[in-house]
Amino acid sequence: MTVTAAKKSRRLPDLSRALVVDEVGVNERVARFQSRSIKKSSKVEALKLILSMIDLTTLEGQDTPGKVQQLCQKAIHLHNSMPGLPHVAAICVYPTMVGVAKEALVGHDINIASVATAFPSGMSALKVKLDDTRMAVKAGATEIDMVISRGNFLGGDYRYVFDEIVAVKEACGDAHLKVILETGELGTLDRVRKASMLAMSAGADFIKTSTGKIQPAATMQVTLTMLQAIRDHYRDTGRMVGMKPAGGISTSKLAIHYLVMLHETLGNAWMTPMWFRFGASSLANDVLMQLLKQSTGLYQSPDDFSKD
Amino acid sequence: MSADRIAVAKTYKIYIGGKFLRSESGRYFTLKDKKNNVIANICRSSRKDFRNSVVAARGAQLSWAGASAYLHGQILYRIAEILEGRREQFVAELVLQGIALRTAEKEVNQSIDRLIYYAGWSDKYQQVFSAVNPVSSSHFNFSVLEPTGVVAIISPDDSNLLGLVSNIAAAIVGGNACIVLASETKPLCAVSFAEVLHASDVPDGVVNILTGFRSELTEFFASHMDVNAIIYCDGGKAAAKTIQVLAADNIKRVIARNRVDWSGDAASPYLIRDTQEVKTTWHPIGT
Repeated sequence: MTVTAAKKSRRLPDLSRALVVDEVGVNERVARFQSRSIKKSSKVEALKLILSMIDLTTLEGQDTPGKVQQLCQKAIHLHNSMPGLPHVAAICVYPTMVGVAKEALVGHDINIASVATAFPSGMSALKVKLDDTRMAVKAGATEIDMVISRGNFLGGDYRYVFDEIVAVKEACGDAHLKVILETGELGTLDRVRKASMLAMSAGADFIKTSTGKIQPAATMQVTLTMLQAIRDHYRDTGRMVGMKPAGGISTSKLAIHYLVMLHETLGNAWMTPMWFRFGASSLANDVLMQLLKQSTGLYQSPDDFSKD
Repeated sequence: MSADRIAVAKTYKIYIGGKFLRSESGRYFTLKDKKNNVIANICRSSRKDFRNSVVAARGAQLSWAGASAYLHGQILYRIAEILEGRREQFVAELVLQGIALRTAEKEVNQSIDRLIYYAGWSDKYQQVFSAVNPVSSSHFNFSVLEPTGVVAIISPDDSNLLGLVSNIAAAIVGGNACIVLASETKPLCAVSFAEVLHASDVPDGVVNILTGFRSELTEFFASHMDVNAIIYCDGGKAAAKTIQVLAADNIKRVIARNRVDWSGDAASPYLIRDTQEVKTTWHPIGT
């Protein structure tokens, strides 16, 4: 599909006719995922898959080039004493740090994701957001994580939010676009569903739960709602959209529950880093500890793993 | 008690991170008295219960170590106060587990006094064991104690209250957090002591108490890489060897307390020092 054809096919859906989410049903379904027992070799495979899906993230005002270089080293050398580990999918930084990351990751097949569009609030003019995006892409970001304008969305100005995503998608060029809904500020699962539909029809390659700056961040309930929206979007249009829960997923056990949910909602086709990511900073070390526990039989100490 | 009322029996639970839980494994064993009457069902803790306890202890240890010596003392004193108020319950539980009334009363009294004893040491052991060291260079050289960290305790089977209390008090007064395996044959007081701790401003996770089989859990107590010290009471030769071999993996401090006279010997600042590390500082001095 050419760019113009793709743009033409993007149409704001009638969100007043969006499906109503059954919250009780979602809770029950989520509880069911958490009762699955994944052990032994399946657990090891799951843990490795999780590692390969991680967007290793640092998004702090106090980030320095040194901190980002350190994070990149961590991405390349997860735990050298364990051979055969996959590397993480991407590292995720602020636009000003993209150049540093690019230099540090030369020769490695690790994507560079950058947040943009006045992250995390998104409270700025469209022009500024587009410049922010172009700057990150120019510096070498291969993935852009944008935030939607929650104020406009909650005020019912869906057209504004939609047009904004379309514009940012265009500014991204070849870079993948992940659209952050910031579900902690949306309030209800119904709105999460509407925002997901809106973002996907505006051209999002991924939809993402949270910035990590607002509580609650990713929850299984919200993620399930978004996965179901992705499934329905795929049925309607035939276009696959990726999913990225971010914030608050810090244990392997929880991450495995997410994988179970992914598998039972979208199926095998989505079980790759191409279509599913975890936005996390401390998850990687917990997964490494669990992998080492599986191979040695001993519970591990966090002290034995590099922080970043 | 009138015949028309059925007594409400207590569910004896384990204590992890400030919460009273059943074993995640769902397992339990039945505790019986000498006449083979059922006293209670006791949680048979699993390695995962232990793992969860270590996470809770690790999470609590730093801020507990950072609290002032004065506060450590106050909280130990508070535990003694609450235990004093519940002495009848503890005496009754000891008797229920086959201990003579007079002996039981004595053990509860000594346990309360033992807490006061260690509360008193809270702001004194540091001065006793620290030192300014003479060195032949222009340095001010001094050594102070720092808590070892997370301590796993396999408490004595016989002295199920006094031994338990002595082990816990000596470990936590020095800023450690601990995971304690209660007496296997007499576990009731340990569970009730957890309730006392819970009512005594002891931060969640500083003390975690498990019940279950020593033979099953020893291996995990000794091998966990995030445990800094293990205290084991009255382990046989084979168990001692297992513990020492497994503990070597992360150079855990291993402390054996065999055939201790809990009523006398266990009141000693050296028990506090057992789970302390000496940190020596060389501070340059100019002229």
